[in-house]
Amino acid sequence: MKPAPFKYIAARTIEQALALKAEYGDEGRFLAGGQSLVPALNFRLTQPAVLIDINPLTQCAGVQHSDAGTTRIGALTRYRQIERDPTTPQYLPLISEALPHIAHPQIRNRGTIGGNLAHADPASEMPAIVLALAGRLRAQSQRGERWIAASDFFVGALTTALETDEMLTDVELPVAKPRSGSCFMEMARRRGDFALIGVACTVQLDAEQHCLQASISLCNAGETPILAADAGNSLLHRKIGPADIDEAVSLMQNAIDPGGSVHASKSFQRHLAGVLTKRALSAANDRALHG
Amino acid sequence: MADDIHEITVTVNGTEYRRNVESRMLLSDFLRHDLLLAGTHVGCEHGVCGACTIIFDGAAVRSCLTLAVQADGHSVMTIEGLAHGPDDIHPLQQAVRECHGLQCGFCTPGILMTMKAFLDETPSLDEAQIRGALSGNLCRCTGYQHIVDAVRLAGERMRS
Repeated sequence: MKPAPFKYIAARTIEQALALKAEYGDEGRFLAGGQSLVPALNFRLTQPAVLIDINPLTQCAGVQHSDAGTTRIGALTRYRQIERDPTTPQYLPLISEALPHIAHPQIRNRGTIGGNLAHADPASEMPAIVLALAGRLRAQSQRGERWIAASDFFVGALTTALETDEMLTDVELPVAKPRSGSCFMEMARRRGDFALIGVACTVQLDAEQHCLQASISLCNAGETPILAADAGNSLLHRKIGPADIDEAVSLMQNAIDPGGSVHASKSFQRHLAGVLTKRALSAANDRALHG
Repeated sequence: MADDIHEITVTVNGTEYRRNVESRMLLSDFLRHDLLLAGTHVGCEHGVCGACTIIFDGAAVRSCLTLAVQADGHSVMTIEGLAHGPDDIHPLQQAVRECHGLQCGFCTPGILMTMKAFLDETPSLDEAQIRGALSGNLCRCTGYQHIVDAVRLAGERMRS
């Protein structure tokens, strides 16, 4: 189990990385943390002609909070760096809560947020989280740059809206607002395994405790991470109670299309999505109410 | 395709090595076959079992998910670097010996490197935290309880 031959090039600048990607197109793959790509290489599930190693581009790593209420995370930021950042629980509590579920410590030491999002595994946690937070992603190429809404980014299993010459360079997420709460939950066979189902919920309330905004997204519930928009919107303007949550759960279950596997049948995944969403929505609402 | 060869310089257990490696060579194979440091074990080769865990620039990582060429200019510690000598073993090794923390021993190098990084960062004696840190290492002998006991004992000694 060894990778097929490839040409390896360590990019020293972003410009060089973009030039190489423009030159090699689909034949070239960016190597970030390598925690999904290298297993695929080892299994020879993917056999790129060229690997463009972007690990030397340390300027693409880092977490920055802006006065505008957003956090920008460089694509090469490793999970561990986000985990160790003392501001993460305050500004990005949803990510903070999800991090222990994301693989194992050794994987989080290498794995990057940008590599994870560009890999676009529907069973992975971070795609569902950027969807729930309505984040946006910055793509750069020699032609320029553009921002892509998370809702437009994940177009299929392991498929994103990135063009062949583009590199994902940043993720921008809103920081937690006052009177808001979030919750991430997942069920896996063993700690660090892929989720059978995972759910990310956010709730924001107004001063009268009516729902201003709510989102529910799921991982491993279809070909892409799924934002159950109708379910979230059903909670708007309400003081969220048990009946509202049950209604949202029912709408969510109509929005997902879990694939089923040897580890969990489709019907079990759908049931699990219901149980976890009910718990996570309740927790997010309680956190919004009580801080 | 002609072999894609790169010259790398890597520090392993304090010794600097300069070697030519093919780009597709995994760091785990480089350590075992080129440097003859066969203490790093290779289990699943896709990042699940943890047997090949080494310390890369201070952090525990899977050497089967890192290319040798990526180690150019970096510092690696393997199980061979843990003890100062046969009579001066690391507190973790001593604790594993005392607590019967290994049976067949295949997973042990990876577990020790994982736990060294864990104890260096968080000298925690909390069982849940220890088990969380251990979650990325599989022991087919299922001897987890003795491993947890050993990590706790080593942590106590390293803290005092």
